[in-house]
Amino acid sequence: MMTATPKNVVLELDNLNKFFGGVHAVRDMTFTISRGELAGLIGPNGAGKTTIFNLVTGVYSPDSGHINFLGEDITFLKSFQIIRKGVARTFQNLRLFPRSTALENVMVAMQQHHGYSFGEAITHMGKWGKKEREIHLNSMDILDRVGLAERAHQESGTLPYGMQRRLEIARALALEPEFLLLDEPAAGMNPEEVNELNDLIVGIHEEFNLTILVIEHHMDLVMEICPHIICMNFGAKIAEGNPDEIQEHPEVLKAYLGEEVEE
Amino acid sequence: MSGYTEGIIILLCINAIAAMGVSLLTGFTGIFSLGHAAYMAVGAYTTAILTVEYGVHYIPAILLGGAMAMIVAYVIGVPTLKLMGDYYAIASIGLGETIRLILENWQSLTRGARGYPGIEGYTTLYVSLGFFAVMAFGMFNLIHSRFGRAFKSCRDDYIAASLLGFNTARYRVLSLVLSAFYCGVSGALLGGFLSFIQPIMFDMIKSTELTSVVVFGGLGSMSGTLIGAAVITLVTELFRPISQYRMLIYGAVLVIIMVLRPEGIMGQYELGPRFFRMLKNRFTKESSEKEGEPS
Repeated sequence: MMTATPKNVVLELDNLNKFFGGVHAVRDMTFTISRGELAGLIGPNGAGKTTIFNLVTGVYSPDSGHINFLGEDITFLKSFQIIRKGVARTFQNLRLFPRSTALENVMVAMQQHHGYSFGEAITHMGKWGKKEREIHLNSMDILDRVGLAERAHQESGTLPYGMQRRLEIARALALEPEFLLLDEPAAGMNPEEVNELNDLIVGIHEEFNLTILVIEHHMDLVMEICPHIICMNFGAKIAEGNPDEIQEHPEVLKAYLGEEVEE
Repeated sequence: MSGYTEGIIILLCINAIAAMGVSLLTGFTGIFSLGHAAYMAVGAYTTAILTVEYGVHYIPAILLGGAMAMIVAYVIGVPTLKLMGDYYAIASIGLGETIRLILENWQSLTRGARGYPGIEGYTTLYVSLGFFAVMAFGMFNLIHSRFGRAFKSCRDDYIAASLLGFNTARYRVLSLVLSAFYCGVSGALLGGFLSFIQPIMFDMIKSTELTSVVVFGGLGSMSGTLIGAAVITLVTELFRPISQYRMLIYGAVLVIIMVLRPEGIMGQYELGPRFFRMLKNRFTKESSEKEGEPS
């Protein structure tokens, strides 16, 4: 198949625009994420970061522009189709199933890769037993990886907040994605928890061979772990580069610290 | 066994099968329906016509009754299940009544409001128990499978479900179609039990009763649904001798449950270890809270 994108590009946004009524939420957004990158998307509140995630995962459709994933146009696919192509995400406001246990939350994602037929489901014969065991064991492995194995049978809504955040990452990992979008994974965490989270993100990035794009408010988290940072404000990209470049970029300083008033 | 006891057991099976269907849709997929008696009617009439007019054996006829209910549900479900929450409940009232009125007015086929007499009494004790056992087996297996988890995730958060790769629209339609099959078979068995069916038997009151049985037993609990169906059927049957107070007692039972256990008899739990663990935790917690009260 002939595509304009080189092989090592995972995600490519091309002049993406999204309006909410009169608000230009995303403005001519263009960037690419290469395979194996751990990239950060930063910007002040209301800059449109989560909107970009929602556009990429098909929660919203863009008003113009294109989104390519692994060289394939996914601009107008439905959410579940995009997820099945190898994208997974977490949410800024947790979207766990609070009445289900931690294990069930992971199993519901894990089952995407361990299917069996309807007939096997209603008779519990054939591949049912083998596949259910696989789903169960693999889910426990992932819970173990994020340090939640002991809480596997607790209802997820009753877990402490930091654990719920890690459980959401576990659930996203269970989809066995190639590309992981983390939406403010450190929101509401104390500095110690943020450090643990740093280690977790860097760890899974290597272990699972992932490409990760993370939205973050905590500048220290992004500066520490992301070699590639995209900064946006009012829906538009204002800077892109490595942490040093971003820290010194005048537009970024303006967005975060405000403008100096000329005397 | 006396004929009366036998009759009650048959009725229990029939009501339990329909309630399991509604439980899958309402309790597990989170779609409230107030028109499911219509699928019972479709099943009952299809089976009655097939056995009486065409001499089909009752077992394939009952299954075809369920299949016909599935087809009707599919045709209705694809366009209407885009409606979420209360909007679908309102639509389902209209859809249910529409089906009933069609049956009532299609004189040449259904003999209209006078009812359809002369159905062979094929619903014996063993037939109803057999159907109940097989269908309960299938249903409990289904909810303890990847499909059960998928239905529950669509119920709890359909955006999160679609971002976990579930085609939520497809699962909603699948749930409706399966619940229609259960209701269709239940209606077919009812026809064989009473030997006579009438469109008015499948009106909105019957639909509401089905949904209230499920809420009564606990949304998201299949064993709760069975307990609920048994309690409601027995309350309405056992107090038949004092029939003028029957509805009073029925109402009182519903009110008592709403006050004492608003989440239904079983809550979201199945009758199993986790339910008893939850009960134990609750009682130990309550007693420790009482001990900790300042005097």
